[in-house]
Amino acid sequence: MSNGSVLVVGGGIAGVQAALDLANSGFLVHLVERTTAIGGKMSQLDKTFPTNDCSACILSPKLVECGRHFNINLLTLADLIALEGEPGSFKAVVRQRPRYIDPEKCIACGLCAEKCPKKVSNDFNMGIGERKAAYLSYPQAVPLKYALDPEHCIWINKPGRCGLCAKVCQAGAINFDETAREYILEVGSVVLAPGFSRFDPSPLDFTGYGRLPNVVTSMEFERLLSPSGPCMGHLERPSDGQEPKRIAWLQCIGSRDINRVGHPYCSSICCMFALKQAVIAKEHAHGEFESSIFYMDMRTHGKGFENYYNRAKEDGVRFHRARVHSVIPADDSGSLQLRYVDELGKVNFAEFDMVVLSTGLQVYRHTVKLAEMLGLELDADNFIKTDSFNPVATSRPGIYVCGAASEPKDIPQSVMEASAAAAEAGRIMAPARWTETSKKVYPAEMNIHAQAPRIGVFVCHCGINISSVVDVEAVAAHAKNLDGVVFSQCNLFTCSQDTINQMVSIIKEQGLNRVVVASCSPRTHEPLFQETLRDAGLNKFLFEMANIRDQNSWVHQLEPEKATAKAKDLVAMAVARVRSEGALPYNTVPVTKSALVIGGGVTGMTAALSMAEQNYPVILVEQSECLGGNGRKVYRNWKGDTFLPFINELTARVTTHPQISVKYNTEISEVTGSVGKFITTFSDGHSFEHGVAVIAVGGQAYQPEEEWQFLHGIDHRVQTLLELDQRFMEEDAGLKEVKQAVFIHCVGSRIPERPYCSRVCCTHAIDSAVKLKELNPEMDIYMLYRDIRTYGQRERLYQEARAKGIIFVCYDLDHLPHVSERDGRLLVHAHDPIIDANISIHPDLLVLATAIQPREQTGSLSKFFKCAVDSQGFLLEAHMKLRPVDFATEGVFLAGLCHYPKPMEEAIAQAKAAAARAAIILAYDAVPAESVTAVVTPAKCTGCGLCVEVCAYHAVSLDENGISVVTTSMCKGCGACVAGCRSDAVSLKNIGNEQIMAAVDAAFM
Amino acid sequence: MSETNNWEPKIIAFLCNWCSYAGADLAGVSRFQYPPNIRIVKVPCSGRVSENMIMSALKSGADGILVSGCHPGDCHYISGNYFAKRRFALLSNLLDFIGIEPGRVSFSWVSASEGEQFAEVVHSVTERVKALGPASRLVKQLDAVQAA
Ligand code: FES
Repeated sequence: MSNGSVLVVGGGIAGVQAALDLANSGFLVHLVERTTAIGGKMSQLDKTFPTNDCSACILSPKLVECGRHFNINLLTLADLIALEGEPGSFKAVVRQRPRYIDPEKCIACGLCAEKCPKKVSNDFNMGIGERKAAYLSYPQAVPLKYALDPEHCIWINKPGRCGLCAKVCQAGAINFDETAREYILEVGSVVLAPGFSRFDPSPLDFTGYGRLPNVVTSMEFERLLSPSGPCMGHLERPSDGQEPKRIAWLQCIGSRDINRVGHPYCSSICCMFALKQAVIAKEHAHGEFESSIFYMDMRTHGKGFENYYNRAKEDGVRFHRARVHSVIPADDSGSLQLRYVDELGKVNFAEFDMVVLSTGLQVYRHTVKLAEMLGLELDADNFIKTDSFNPVATSRPGIYVCGAASEPKDIPQSVMEASAAAAEAGRIMAPARWTETSKKVYPAEMNIHAQAPRIGVFVCHCGINISSVVDVEAVAAHAKNLDGVVFSQCNLFTCSQDTINQMVSIIKEQGLNRVVVASCSPRTHEPLFQETLRDAGLNKFLFEMANIRDQNSWVHQLEPEKATAKAKDLVAMAVARVRSEGALPYNTVPVTKSALVIGGGVTGMTAALSMAEQNYPVILVEQSECLGGNGRKVYRNWKGDTFLPFINELTARVTTHPQISVKYNTEISEVTGSVGKFITTFSDGHSFEHGVAVIAVGGQAYQPEEEWQFLHGIDHRVQTLLELDQRFMEEDAGLKEVKQAVFIHCVGSRIPERPYCSRVCCTHAIDSAVKLKELNPEMDIYMLYRDIRTYGQRERLYQEARAKGIIFVCYDLDHLPHVSERDGRLLVHAHDPIIDANISIHPDLLVLATAIQPREQTGSLSKFFKCAVDSQGFLLEAHMKLRPVDFATEGVFLAGLCHYPKPMEEAIAQAKAAAARAAIILAYDAVPAESVTAVVTPAKCTGCGLCVEVCAYHAVSLDENGISVVTTSMCKGCGACVAGCRSDAVSLKNIGNEQIMAAVDAAFM
Repeated sequence: MSETNNWEPKIIAFLCNWCSYAGADLAGVSRFQYPPNIRIVKVPCSGRVSENMIMSALKSGADGILVSGCHPGDCHYISGNYFAKRRFALLSNLLDFIGIEPGRVSFSWVSASEGEQFAEVVHSVTERVKALGPASRLVKQLDAVQAA
C-alpha cells in the first residue's frame, strides 16, 4: 500500500497551498523550504492585482495555518538531496542546514538582531537597506524564529570573536555548534513548488541598472512601496530620498528577448505588475504624479485585468508602445532621460525621476540542479516540462510540479496548480488517507456562563493600510473605556504568527472571555481569529470583528478624522455586540461521500475522473447527448498536440469508470441542502444526494454581429477560428489553395459590452495561421491585432509566425478594419500605424478570432447553488487570488470556461484543483454545520405560524400545542423567522435583537 | 444655521453577509471612496431585518437607515430578500403615516461583485439624508418630552 505522507518542496504560495490541501484531506505533509521562512515571493509584494489586496494580509492567514497545522511538518533551511523509489513509496533524503538559533527556545524578542554588530545587505528588501547577521527575514515570517546568517556571522566564521547574541539571548537559544541534519522521509508522492527567480538586469547596459541609483527593478520598487519595506511605505527614490513625481516603467526586461538575454518567452505577469505599481504609486504620491509605461503589447489577459487596464488609463497612467533605447542621467540631480523610438519610428526623449525595470521571471539555478537530480525533463527555457493534458505531471511518475517553475504564471494560476498537484498526489495515496496523520486536540473550553464580560480589543495597523488614515492608537485608547473592556492594544499586523501567539497568551493572562479584533474583513480573517480563541480555551463564537479597513480606511482615504471617529464607533459597536454573546455548540453534519459534476466537457470529465480515482462515487450530468463539449471543436493546442484523440480517450475512461455514472440530455431542476448533503433533482425527475458539487458548464463562442460581423454568415469565405478548426480536422484540401488570408483579432472582446480579453484567441489565431503556412508556405497572411497576447511560452509561436513571414498589423478601436465584397472578391481595409497609411487586402479567407462568453444557463445554475456571477456573467470565485476554484458557498466549486476564458491545459488544472478542494470535504465523515441557529421562547409564542411560513428550509414547525419549534439541524441561521415573529418569541443565537440593537445604540453613544 | 452646516448625519446600514457586505468590502478593495457617515451592521440576510430594528435605530438617533441585500433571486437563503422587500414596503407606509420622511429609510440590492454600486448607493443615501436634515421625529422630540 502507498505511504500516506507527501513531500512538498518549496514554501511559496504554491507550496503552501498544496501542503494545506493535502494536510486537510488526510495526509501528513513534509514541507521543505530552502530559506528561513515560508511565504516566498508573495510575502515580498506590497499589493496584488487586480484587486489591490494587501499581499501580506491575504497571505498571512495561510502561512499561519500552515505553521500551526498539525499535519504539516515544516522544515526550513532544508533541501531535498536525494530521492529513490517509485510512486506510492519514495524514500527522500532531506538535508537541513543549521539555523544556529533553537526554534524551540527562540521567543522572537529580537534582542539578538538588535545587539548583533554585523550589518549585511537586506535580501528580503532586494538589497535595499541592511539587516543584521542575526535576523528575521520579515515581520510576519512563519516560523517566527530568528536565524544566524552563517556567511556573515562573526563567531561562525571566527569562533570566539563576537558571540554577543548568545550573551543577550535570555532564552539561551543561540547554538553556534549546531550542524546540518539529514532526514530520511518515506513518502507516497512528491510535489515540487520551487518557484522562480527574477532576471538580473545588470548585464543590460542600456538600462543603466547598477550605475544609476534611480533605476530599480520592479521587485525593488515593490519593496519601496511596501509599508514593511525599507522606507516604510513612503515612496522615496534611492539617490536622494526625494519623493519621485515622474516614474517610467520599462516592460519586457529579460523577457521576449532572444538576442540580448536568450529568454524568448513572455513572463506573463509583468504587464499587470507594472500597471498595479503605477496605480499604487499614484496612491502614495502627494500632489502631481506622472506614470508612463513603455511596452510592446499590453498583456492583460486574466480575469479582471482588462478592466484594471482601462481604469489605469482613465486615472492618467500613460502608455507608450515603444522599446526604450537608453536611460542616461538627465542632469546632476538624479533625474533620468529616456530615449525611445515611438510607433511611427520617431526618436523621442522624456525625463523621469525614477525608472522601474519590469524584469522577467526565470528558473532558479538550483531548481535546474534539483530537476537533474530527480531525473526530470526540462523544456528549452529550463522550466520543468509538463504534459499538455496533465499540466502538473512531470516526466517522472509520482512527482508533480506547480507554480512558476513550469512556466511563468500569476498567483491564482499557481494556486490552482497547487490544488491540482494535491489532487494528483492524493490520487496515488488515496488508500493511505488518514494513516499517517494525527488529530488536533483543543484545550478544554472555559465555562464563561456566570462570568461578567472581560473583553479584549486588538486594533490592527495593517502595516499602513489602516494606520495611514485612522489614528489607531486613539481607537485603542477609546476602546479601553468601553463597558466590559479590560484590555486593548494595537498591533502592526494582527494576523501575523507572533501576534496570534501573543493573543493566545493575553487571553489566558488577562482572563479574557470575549475578543474583538478591529482590522480587515471577517469574510477573510474571522476563521483565523476564531481558531486562536479555541487555542486559548475560549469558545470561538465569543468573537466579533470591526471592519476598519475595507469599510473604513480604504474608503475614506482623504478624511482621516472622520475615519478615526467612524473606527471608534465601529469598535464600540463590535464591543456592544460581543458583550451579550454566549458560547455556541460546534454542530456538524454527516458528509454524503459522493460528488455531482455539472458539465461533461473536458473540464467536467477531468474533475469527475479525479474524484472517482480518489474512490468517491460521482454523477456527471451533461446537457447534450455526448461528452467532450467545446473541446471537440478545437483542432490543437499551441504545442501542436491535437485534442480529439485525448478527448476520446478521456471520454472512454470516464464512461467505463465504475465510480462514475453519466447522465446525458439532463439538466438540473432543483437543488436543496448544503455542504455535506445536497439533494439535486434532475430534469428526468430523479434525484441524487451528494456532499459536494463542481460546476463546469463551460462557455460559448460569441456570434459576430454589427460592426464585428465582417460579413460573417453572409460570405462563406469569412469564418471564425472554430469554423477553420473544423476544416483542419476534416483536412479540407481547399485550404491549400488559399493565397491570401487575413485574421482579425479581438472580435467582440475588449470592448465596452465585453470589457475583458478572451485570453486564448491570440494564441489560437497565430497557431492557425502557422498551420496554414504549413499547408501552403506561399500563402500571404495578415494578422490584424490590438495587442498580441501570446503570454508565457506561447510567445515562441508568435516568433515562429513572424519568422515564417506572417505580417502583423495593429489596429485600434478608432480604426476598426473594414470588410466589404466587391466584384466577387473580399476587400479588407485597415490602417497600418507603422507606415501611417491605409492598406487594402483581397483575402480569399478571412478568419475572425471571436470572444468567449459565458453560457446563458450559467446564471440560473448559479442560483440553484447560491453562487455569485460577475458583471459579465462568469461565475464569481470566493477570492480572485487565493481561492480561485471555491465559491463563497461551501461545498460548491467551479472550473473551466464558466469561470473565465482559458486554454485547455489551464482548464484541466482548474478541474483537478476543484476536485482536490472537493476531496477535502469528502475526506471527512462530518463537516461543521451552522452553529448560529434560531431558538424559540415558548412562553412568548402565540402560535401564529408566521415563522413556519417564512422558513425556506422547513426547519420551523408548530408542535402539538401549537407552539413553534426549530429543528436545529435544518436551520441555516438566516433569521427570517426572527424578523417575522410579531411577539419577539424567536431569536437567533448571538445575532438576536439584543446584540444587534446594542450595536446600533453604540453608534450613538 | 451654522450648526446645520457642520451637521453630519449618522446612517445605519444593515447589510446582508453574502452580498451587500461583500460588496462593501469590494468597494474598499477597489478604493471607491464614499462619505464616512455610514455605520455598517452585518446581518446574515436582509430577511433578518425587522420593522422593529429599523424603528429602534431611528429611535436611537439614526438620521437614516439603509437596508441592503442580494439581488432578487440571489438571496443566499433563497427568499429572505423577498420578505425583506415586502416588509419594507409595508413599513414605508407606516413611516409615512407617522411623519417620517420617505427618504430616511432606503432599501437597495447590491451584490458581492458590485463595489462601485455600493459606493454609489452610499453617496446617494447620504445626500438624500443630508438634504432632509437631522431626524427629529422619533429621537429629538422624544428627548424633549423626556426632558420636560
Ligand atoms: S443573504 Fe443577502 S439578502 Fe438574503
